[in-house]
Amino acid sequence: MSDTSTSVDAPRRKPRGTVTHVMQIAFFALVVKPFMTFFIGLRVRGAEHLPSADPFILLANHNSHLDTVSLLSLFPFSRLRRLRPVAAADYFERNRWVSLFTRTLFNILPIERKQISSENNPLRVMQDALSAGDSLILFPEGTRAAGEGVGHFQAGIAHLLLRAPGVPVVPAYLVNMGRSLPKGTFIPVPFFCEIRLGPPRVLQGTKQEILASLEKAVRELSC
Amino acid sequence: MILDTIRALSPVWQMGVVILCVLVVSTIVIAALRFLQPQKNYAELLHRTISWWVMASVFFGAVAVNDRIGLVLFAFLSFWAMKEYVTLLKTRPADHGGLVWTFLAIPIQYYWIAIGWYGMFVIFIPVYVFLVLPVRLMLSRETAGFVASASQIQWGLMAFVFGLSHLGFLLIMPSPVGSDANGRTMLLFLVFVAEISDVLQYVWGKTLGRHKILPSVSPNKTWEGFLGGIASTVVLSLGLRFLTPFSVGETILVSLMITVAGFGGGAVMSAVKRDFGVKDFGGLIPGHGGMLDRVDSLCYAAPIFFHYVRYFHFR
Repeated sequence: MSDTSTSVDAPRRKPRGTVTHVMQIAFFALVVKPFMTFFIGLRVRGAEHLPSADPFILLANHNSHLDTVSLLSLFPFSRLRRLRPVAAADYFERNRWVSLFTRTLFNILPIERKQISSENNPLRVMQDALSAGDSLILFPEGTRAAGEGVGHFQAGIAHLLLRAPGVPVVPAYLVNMGRSLPKGTFIPVPFFCEIRLGPPRVLQGTKQEILASLEKAVRELSC
Repeated sequence: MILDTIRALSPVWQMGVVILCVLVVSTIVIAALRFLQPQKNYAELLHRTISWWVMASVFFGAVAVNDRIGLVLFAFLSFWAMKEYVTLLKTRPADHGGLVWTFLAIPIQYYWIAIGWYGMFVIFIPVYVFLVLPVRLMLSRETAGFVASASQIQWGLMAFVFGLSHLGFLLIMPSPVGSDANGRTMLLFLVFVAEISDVLQYVWGKTLGRHKILPSVSPNKTWEGFLGGIASTVVLSLGLRFLTPFSVGETILVSLMITVAGFGGGAVMSAVKRDFGVKDFGGLIPGHGGMLDRVDSLCYAAPIFFHYVRYFHFR
């Protein structure tokens, strides 16, 4: 396990290589886009709320592995280089092959959930990514919830926004992803899925205020 | 000169010319209506007409070119219709595995058609899937809501996959004895009659409709639309006898069967939508709604027409 804690930070300092970027684009053009269009039939509401400039934070409820893939599929391929889905290292880097897969094709920003040091502190890792000009896709529930709906948000997102004030947050609510590919299953059922996006907002205030207003923003999209 | 060229075409391409003429004429009529009554809103009618151009091109293109492409199109229609239906169902988390199998049944059903195995095509979903799917659902070991899930999923498979797949088997049928018609030309006849009947029922209902026929199920359907649509469709169908092995009397009987079955299918799907509390099944086709809103009448008309033709003309 010492393997993961060292891999979290060091290699991420390098800018993303062109070959890796092209491989990700090819994967999205040939697999993800056709899958989302013809199998899932993804619908998007509020696409105009996607910011045209980085960095920003895209925040959503989390019920399925489809969540990250479908959110990434909303963007033009050229922007994938700057989009970093924040992912738990203990799961998405559980071995070398999974790590290679998730880093190459999804450009994940791995964060440590268990043995946190000042070096691999998730807040620092995310803050560094934002100040380097990368945007984050973040699931503040911390893990995939069972079924559908919005769970309780972890405090990390509020701490991050206190450290990186002025970064706009786009709330998103994901519909039916948890029915298509719920936790513990590996073959998706082609339910129509939907992404609902809210207007970007810059948050200020105390930790509790930020957290409450973000939870409210995502919940409002669920009705 | 032009007429001679059209006469020299095969019946399939003659039908292509007929479809083109209908689209051109209706587009001109709508353009004229917009010009004469600019104060009225024809946006929805316009969307519908544009969608008809697209749907007719895709359908005719797939069916006219070759059987395989036609079957792929019908498999996709079944898949999309089933997808719209299942999304609106109240499924349980325990249904996941069963639903994966449900969608797998679609390519398998069309595979039987592609290899021309009629016996398997006609019992696969009503017998084998019917027996096996509940076993898969049972293996999730969740008994609450079991009967509802098993029944609803099987009903969808029967209506949208089994029903619509009859379009596919009709497509690959050969010529009946003593006739130039074949499965492909009869498929064009069936789909044209079913769809033009929907349109004419709508037109008669919009212009003359007074007396509601099924107010609690489908408030837009009227007796005037139903009777006017059926009568005018039957008259039109007499002009399409070149696609069929039917006599005049039989053409009237068969197009009555198609239109009445189609009305039944449309009304049943309206009841389904009412139950789900939605107006349309989806948003795939602008002006029409979802795929199911367009193929609802065919889900009923296709098996009825197919088994009639097979019984009386392929023995």
